[in-house]
Amino acid sequence: MNILETQALTRRYGDLTAVDGVNLSVAAGEIFGLLGPNGAGKTTVIKMLTTLLPPTSGRATVAGFDVQRQPARVREAIGYVPQLVSVDGTLTGYENLLIFAKLYGVPRSERESRIAAALEFVGLEDAAERMVRGYSGGMMRRLEIALAMLHRPQVLFLDEPTVGLDPLARQTVWQHVKSLAGEFQMTVFLTTHFMEEADHLCGRVAIMNLGRVSALGRPQDLKASIGKPEATLDEVFAHFTGHELESGGDFREISRTRRSIARRG
Amino acid sequence: MKSPELDALSRAADEAPPALRQQNRAAAFLRQCLALTEMEMRKLRHDPTELATRALQPMLWLAVFGEVFSRVRAIPTGSSMRYLDFLAPGVLAQSVLFIGIFYGIAVIWERDLGIVHKLLVSPAPRVALVFGKALSGGVRGLSQGVAVYALAWLLGVAINWRAGMLAGVALAILLGAATFSTLSLIIACIVRTRERFMGIGQVLTMPLFFASNAIYPIAIMPGWLKVIAWLNPLTYEVDAMRAMMIRGGKTIFGLGMDFAILALSVLVLAGLAGKLYPNLAK
Repeated sequence: MNILETQALTRRYGDLTAVDGVNLSVAAGEIFGLLGPNGAGKTTVIKMLTTLLPPTSGRATVAGFDVQRQPARVREAIGYVPQLVSVDGTLTGYENLLIFAKLYGVPRSERESRIAAALEFVGLEDAAERMVRGYSGGMMRRLEIALAMLHRPQVLFLDEPTVGLDPLARQTVWQHVKSLAGEFQMTVFLTTHFMEEADHLCGRVAIMNLGRVSALGRPQDLKASIGKPEATLDEVFAHFTGHELESGGDFREISRTRRSIARRG
Repeated sequence: MKSPELDALSRAADEAPPALRQQNRAAAFLRQCLALTEMEMRKLRHDPTELATRALQPMLWLAVFGEVFSRVRAIPTGSSMRYLDFLAPGVLAQSVLFIGIFYGIAVIWERDLGIVHKLLVSPAPRVALVFGKALSGGVRGLSQGVAVYALAWLLGVAINWRAGMLAGVALAILLGAATFSTLSLIIACIVRTRERFMGIGQVLTMPLFFASNAIYPIAIMPGWLKVIAWLNPLTYEVDAMRAMMIRGGKTIFGLGMDFAILALSVLVLAGLAGKLYPNLAK
């Protein structure tokens, strides 16, 4: 059974169609990547799947629940790491986890052990009592991953999980995402505009451009399908969308990304 | 992997008899609401400087404005009350108003980061989040209460120290702060940017403060202003505080009416804020 499905999922903002009839299905345990430049509609898809934004038309189910009709059930079943910084800098790492454990109804008897396990998983035990404001970008991302796994979600959504991180921190995040799928058998749905990230992490990817899915499949199959098994995903992307992948985005988006990068340190 | 706890929980909730299910839901609601309040209290404990600076303004009102106008005797208090006694509850209500009405800034900050998104993807109902924020505003308001009481005592205000009265004032502070921080949340949901919010916040505080009984009685107002004052929740907050904070203080509307209107304001505004809160993540 597919743990995530969308049918003709569409979102319009006035005249602009940000997401245009997207059909996806993701099996339990997969690491699925939505690949595309800024402004392709990736974040809008994630917002609809996490119940933050109602679709204009079409439908989507996550963990067997309809995102529009049963949003509360969907929210119980998912974890989410937004693109923007989502931990509170004026609290310690431990406090961030504690508040979310309470918000998610982790039973009192398990709270401390779950928090300790989450901290250990991302390697932040020693930094737990420090204010998050003083964390590096990579540490913040790791804390966000710890937060999102605290309640053992079935599906974990990661929006551009390594944007703004240095290569070393990026590797660490990749390793954690892999173990979440491996050890904890979570389904991971992530967006990225790094080809390398999709290549390294994802079992299957959907290439998204201007709100539509232009190709879908395993990275190696996509490469083979353009007749060059040794091709890079960049070439695959250029083949299916007719142009090079570059980070576009408007002024607002770029300033936002840069601002959050600056904040993460 | 399915989460066994959540499964068990949702199974229990599905199978539980309706009364018990409601009890569980109410317990979860309260827990989620208090989690947000705890978040606020922990932040304030790490950095209490904001509360200290916020306490300066009411001090100036009492020590400068209050002292001067007590001597001028320009404002009739409508009874034998000294003006400083009359003013102290008004200044307390004002400082709670200020702390509440600018609370939306913090919410916009949370939106510029991804914290609002994170909260909205949690299983907590939107209204539980709003009540949590409202109660957080209330906690900040209580700290103002302590500061104003201390200064009022130093200035020789006729404070009523009976425990029941103190508890009553605390409740009025909580409700007043909840009212205005929820109003502030609503504004934040509509304007969404800091710049626009500051403009509107400043425009709102003036009429809320001056079209109320905080620094003069309603009786001396012209008719049209009286109507605005009657519609202003701050009026009822001040009325309740004046009756309970000051020895010999009297209410005009009755404490029952005061608290009923404040509670109703919180409920109506929280309902509205619960509808608008998701807009912050869109």
